[in-house]
Amino acid sequence: MSMLEIEDLQVYYGRIHAIKGVSLSVEEGEIISLIGANGAGKTTILHTITGLTKAKSGKIVYDGHDLLSIAPHKIVKLGLAHVPERRQLFERMTVEENLLMGAYFRTDKAAVRYDLGRIYKLFPRLNERKSQIAGTLSGGEQQMVAMSRAMMSQPKMIVMDEPSMGLSPILVKEVFGMIKEMHDLGITVLLVEQNANMALAIADRGYVLENGRITMSGTASVLASDDGVRKAYLGDR
Amino acid sequence: MTIFLSTLMVGLRLGSIYALIALGYTMVYGIIRMINFAHGDFIMVGGYTLVFTMPVMTEKLGLPAWTGVVFAIIVCAIVGVLVELLAYRPVRKKGTGMSALITAIAMSLILENLAQAIPAIGPNPKIPQVIFPASSLTLAGITIDTTTIYTIVVAGAMMVLLTLLVKKTSFGRAMRAVSENKKAAVLMGVSVDRTILLTFAIGASLAAVAALMYIAQYPLVFTTIGSSLGLKAFVAAVLGGIGSLPGAMLGGLIIGMAESFTVSYISSAMADTFVYLILIIVLLIRPVGILGKNVREKV
Ligand SMILES: Nc1ncnc2c1ncn2[C@@H]1O[C@H](COP(=O)(O)OP(=O)(O)OP(=O)(O)O)[C@@H](O)[C@H]1O
Ligand SMILES: [Mg+2]
Repeated sequence: MSMLEIEDLQVYYGRIHAIKGVSLSVEEGEIISLIGANGAGKTTILHTITGLTKAKSGKIVYDGHDLLSIAPHKIVKLGLAHVPERRQLFERMTVEENLLMGAYFRTDKAAVRYDLGRIYKLFPRLNERKSQIAGTLSGGEQQMVAMSRAMMSQPKMIVMDEPSMGLSPILVKEVFGMIKEMHDLGITVLLVEQNANMALAIADRGYVLENGRITMSGTASVLASDDGVRKAYLGDR
Repeated sequence: MTIFLSTLMVGLRLGSIYALIALGYTMVYGIIRMINFAHGDFIMVGGYTLVFTMPVMTEKLGLPAWTGVVFAIIVCAIVGVLVELLAYRPVRKKGTGMSALITAIAMSLILENLAQAIPAIGPNPKIPQVIFPASSLTLAGITIDTTTIYTIVVAGAMMVLLTLLVKKTSFGRAMRAVSENKKAAVLMGVSVDRTILLTFAIGASLAAVAALMYIAQYPLVFTTIGSSLGLKAFVAAVLGGIGSLPGAMLGGLIIGMAESFTVSYISSAMADTFVYLILIIVLLIRPVGILGKNVREKV
């Protein structure tokens, strides 16, 4: 059974038909990239997975749970974390408070402290800045906090929405390095990106979303060498 | 000098009561960006609960009268939760800011009317029993009645506890998270609805304590007791910067002091005028209030 299975998903915003029958699946241990232009519906799909947006119809099953019938705030407890678009940190809280929010529902306080220490060891920069107000961090640091915050929930799977958005090439590399490290820890990843080059380089498989529909799917290498994909998303002329 | 010091103590006492009430306005505003106009009426609910439960505590159980505050806290918390659950939440999920505002005004009137409709309450004011037996303390040449001291100490302790709760506990973090970014809070596993409910319960409980302290000084309970008291506390919350907890505390103290000093040194008729004058001047200089920030919710 797949880790995540989406079947014939339909999502509306009022009369706007944003997602028009999307089906996709993510197997345990995979990195899947979902690429598409602005307004294709990538964020809508991730929001529907974690309950921030309601679906009209369809099915989303994660690890045997029917996500469309679970209260949104209970989804992270199933081991599914969401690193949202534009990071959405708690900007008036400190870095450490943000990280602790990631572990909000956990009751194993000692283990939470241990995980916090691990994150600080992994990212000494966050350790130096743990008392800094998150809203005053640089974009790259904020992304680091957003991803670490998700790690604090001990996820089995993470969905990530354009983690490279607005970052310099060096920082983009760093972020993708982080995604690799998460994957090495056994975390399954569904990655939404406009940076198709990097996204397909890291992924096992990919899906192309256009106007609320999946128009193409396949192994990352096949997609990366497809002429249509190269023209539309990889900047080939 | 003695007049100055005793005026200061009265200002502190009034101010700490206003601060306790202002905290309720500011907490609810911080989390749902709505002015809970029914908050003042929680004082009335607390006041009547005290009127009816204190005799039981003293006569049946032989306990001090103030222990009735336990019931006042419970009843106020329940009423606060019910107001949110039955009125505000359904309107918030459907309507606009304007419909929420109207609902809040309506809830205030409904609570006052409901109270009047209860036969045991009726239209005439009730006189509660003596809460703290009259006694006084002489400190550094001035005489202070013990009620004043209790009020300042208890209100101060409540404010310290609330600050610790919000700053240091996991629930406090969740409250701030919901206030800042509801969607992100949900992604962290926070139940937004439950957090809002608890915020109402806490705010209403503080109003119950304020009710005890207020009627210990002015022993008269009537159905509109909360409207003028609530309005002043609301002014305090706005003055301090609505949404800010230290702002509500500071605003409460300033209003209490202004009132006390105007009464002592100018005229009691001018007290309200000065309170509002201060508000207008501060808002002209700092539209968000003394400690307020420009709160903006991310969507
Ligand atoms: N809250 C909303 N109300 C109405 N329409 C919306 C809302 N959110 C998104 N849409 C519309 O739904 C469509 C899909 O939007 P979505 O944000 O999912 O796209 P996206 O692929 O994430 O784009 P981007 O790459 O720019 O982030 C767009 O046409 C958008 O205008
Ligand atoms: Mg998007």
